[in-house]
Formats: sequence, structure tokens, C-alpha cells
Amino acid sequence: MIVDLAIIATKAFLVLFMVLNLAGVLGWIERKGSALIQDRIGANRASIFGFAGMGLVNTLIADPLKFLTKEDFIPPAGDKFLHTLAPCMALFTALVTFAVIPFGDVLNIGDRTINLQVANINVGILYAFAMGSLGVYGIVIGAWASNNKFSLLGGVRGSAQMISYEIAMGLSVIGVLMVYGTLELQEIARGQGLLMRDLLPQWLAFLQPLIGWLPAWGIFLQPLGFLLFFTSAVAETKRIPFDLPEGESELVAGYHVEYSGGKFLMFFASEFAEIVTAAGLVTTLFFGGWQVPYLMRDGFHSPWGGQWLLSHYAVVGLQVGAFTLKVLFFCWLQILLRWSVPRFRYDQVMRLGWKMMLPLALLNVMVTAVIILAAQ
Amino acid sequence: MDASTLIFFALAALLVVSSLLVVLLPNVVHGAMALIAALLLISIFFVMLQAPMVGVLQVLVYAGAIMVLFLFVIMFLNPARQPRGGAWLGFSVLLALLLGGGLAAMLTKTETAADPVAATDLFGSPEMLAKSLFGDFVLPFEIASVLLLVAIVGAVVLAKRER
Repeated sequence: MIVDLAIIATKAFLVLFMVLNLAGVLGWIERKGSALIQDRIGANRASIFGFAGMGLVNTLIADPLKFLTKEDFIPPAGDKFLHTLAPCMALFTALVTFAVIPFGDVLNIGDRTINLQVANINVGILYAFAMGSLGVYGIVIGAWASNNKFSLLGGVRGSAQMISYEIAMGLSVIGVLMVYGTLELQEIARGQGLLMRDLLPQWLAFLQPLIGWLPAWGIFLQPLGFLLFFTSAVAETKRIPFDLPEGESELVAGYHVEYSGGKFLMFFASEFAEIVTAAGLVTTLFFGGWQVPYLMRDGFHSPWGGQWLLSHYAVVGLQVGAFTLKVLFFCWLQILLRWSVPRFRYDQVMRLGWKMMLPLALLNVMVTAVIILAAQ
Repeated sequence: MDASTLIFFALAALLVVSSLLVVLLPNVVHGAMALIAALLLISIFFVMLQAPMVGVLQVLVYAGAIMVLFLFVIMFLNPARQPRGGAWLGFSVLLALLLGGGLAAMLTKTETAADPVAATDLFGSPEMLAKSLFGDFVLPFEIASVLLLVAIVGAVVLAKRER
């Protein structure tokens, strides 16, 4: 009993620790990476005894210290309680979503089997969406409590944008759920351990030598679903090209105009935590989660015969390592996107969400259903 | 008293307080926030009753989508603080007494209801919900969908009428 509780607490702490720290590191990657992309030098002002560490000291030590020691200003005509509650809600919802994302298969220690996932609930993906849909309150409430018209405009834009893209996001995942036949993220990750040749129906058997060796990852089975999901996930993080709630060039800073000090830092951290969560979801749904191609529970099995057996701990280590690498890749991809594309206009955001992504997602569901029926 | 009963009473007390706040707070946005808190607490009850699917849907649909639209409208209209009482006070008190009396009569009935949590593992799971929605109750389900479609089309027609 005590040991079980300790294991759960350790897993929860570990995931929270990783997500929060990765969010901090992403702040560094954002500032130094954007400098690299735009041919600037980037953060280089702070150093400890001459050690600047590529801006690490600046972004990971000096910046947070400065945020935390700044005055916490609450607009006198604003709502003091809700002004404080809003950043907490934003950060909370961004951090708890990762609880359902599996970061490995099972780990056996002695006769104990540990599922490498914080919370294994049978409606996993719906939980992730539910927490994502609560994330909008941080923006809306913060914007309203600031008693500032630029904030309010940002908050209203944010709620409209997030509701619109939640619909496209939810529909784009239905294809994946149909293919793997479950709502549990751990089962979806396990399902991606198969190869294409296990899934090809009789009438597509001629494709066997061509694609039979591919792992049955979501990206190969649901390419359109991946594009739609990734786009709406980027839209949900409210960053360029979908930064309408913030709208630097027209709304000063949108919903967080009136935030300073630690509370602004919380909004900032929640944005990066959302990036990590989006990367974790994309990895789990479309890129095999913790799967390494051809790595079974006892080692590598090549589809052309031949095997390389590994110990259990090596396999688990490879899985967790692969998951981490994939998540890092998608975090980096989102930051690269943010610094390479121009922003949309508001009507373009709405048109893309409702008139292109929603019908495409519905089409994807229909085509997937027809193919699954034909394969049976 | 075991741990789950304790948690139940703690959450129930919070639920009563937040529901009271919905009607008693003078500021409409504060009332909406209290309603969100009440909805989240109800979803925790669903999870405790072995129905995580309904609990999560409660958050996703009510707390995460409908209440956002509520707030959206409140922020656009920015209604003034409502004075207490008014012409409806007597009627509201009467309705509340009737409802309270009915609930008290139901709760003080001595016969115990059958255990609401069925013995199967599948109870409250997505599979079970899907089977009853698309199997046993497919006709009412489809009729409800058509009703919603009618409402959406009606809203579009009303919004376009000026032109």
C-alpha cells in the first residue's frame, strides 16, 4: 500500500518536474533559437563570474529572478481575486494534462509491474481534451479581471479561437481512435508497436513489400489527421501564427497586458508547458509514443529476420529515451514554426478553423470509417 | 467512517457552498465562476461513482465549452450589478420550498435503493455508453441530434434575417 502510493507520488513528481523544467529550457531555446534563426546574438547580458553559458544564465537564472522580485501590480479598478486566480488556472491546466501521457511501457522490478504513466484512466484522451478546454479560463478571466479594453479584446478573441480549434482538434483525433480502437493513450501507444504488414487487409496485400516494413504509427495511418491535429494544437498554444489573443502589434500584449512579475511568469510558463503537452500528445497519437521501431519487449526484431536481444532495463531505457527525444523534437518544431511564419489575420484564423479544418476532419473520419469497414 | 465517505462529505459541503454562491454573489462573472466550480465538483462525484466517462464529459461539455460561451456573452453585455429581491422574490421562495419539500420527502423514505454501481467492470466505461447510445437508445439519440441541427439552422436564419 505504502509502496504503491510512493510509486504513484514518484511518477507524478517526476513528470511534473520534467514538464516544468522542460518549459524553462524551452524559454532558453526560444530566445537563443530565435536569435539563431534571425541572425542576432540573443540573450547574453547576464553572467556569473564571466560564465554566460550561451545565454543559459540570462534566461534560466537572471530572468526568473527579475520576474519574481518585480512589483506585482493589480489594476485598482480590476478584480483582485480573479486577477490572481487567472494565471493559476492557466498554469494548472497546462501542467496536469501530461498525467495521462505514457512515457514508457511497463517496468518490472522484482514481482512489481509499474505502468510508466501517471494516471491510467479509460477515457485518457478525453481527459486531455477536458483539461485543454479548461485552459481558456486563465485567459478569459485574466483578461476580464484586468479591467483593460485591450485585455478584454484579447480574452474574447482567445475564447473564440480556442473553442473553434478544439472542435477541429477533437474531430481530427477520431480517426486515430477508430484505427486503434481505444481511448486509452497507453493502449494507443502499444497499438503502434505493430508493423504495417500486420494491418494490411487482403485486397491491399500487393503493397506488402512496399510498405509492410513500416511501423504502424499514426502518421502513416492518419497523415491528414496528423496535419489537422498538429495545426490545431499549435493554435491552442496561442502562439504565432495563431497569437490573436496576445496580438502584440495591435493589442499591446492582449490578455496579459496588466500582468507583471510572478503572475506574468506563470502565464509565460503555462505557454511553454502547453507546448510540451502538445508535443507529448502528437508523439503519443501519431509518432508511436515510447515505441522504438522494431523494439519488442525482449529486444530488436527486424522485419527481414534477425534479432538483437536486450535486457528488460535496456528496453525500458530505450523507450523512455525515445519518447523524450520525440517530445523534444516536436517542442523544437513548434518554436521553429513560431519564428518562421507570419501571423494570421483574425478572419483568416476563423476561416481556416471552420471552413477548412472542420470539413477536412469530418472527411478524414468518413474515409477512415470506409477503409476500416472495407478491411474487415 | 472510511476515507471515501469523508471525501464525499467534504466535496458535498463545497458543492453546496459553491451552488449557494452562484445565486448569492452580486457580480455576474463571480456567479459564473462559482457555477464552474460547482460543475467541476459534480464531475468529481461522477468519477467517484465509477463513471469517469460522464465525469470527463461534464468537464468537457459544460465547464469547458458552455460556460465559456456564458462568460463570452457576459463580457460582451457587461450587465450591471443586480439588486437583491424584487418582484420575483415571493415566487422564488415558494418554488424553493416546494423543491426542498419534495427532496426531503424523497430522502427520508426508509427503503434503500439498489446499489447504483453495477457489478460489471464495464459500468460507466466508454464501451457501455456507446452500446446504450448507439444500440438501445439509437432512435432518441438521433432525434436529439436532429433537434440540435434544427436549432442551429434556426439560429443562422434568425441571424441572417435583417438582410
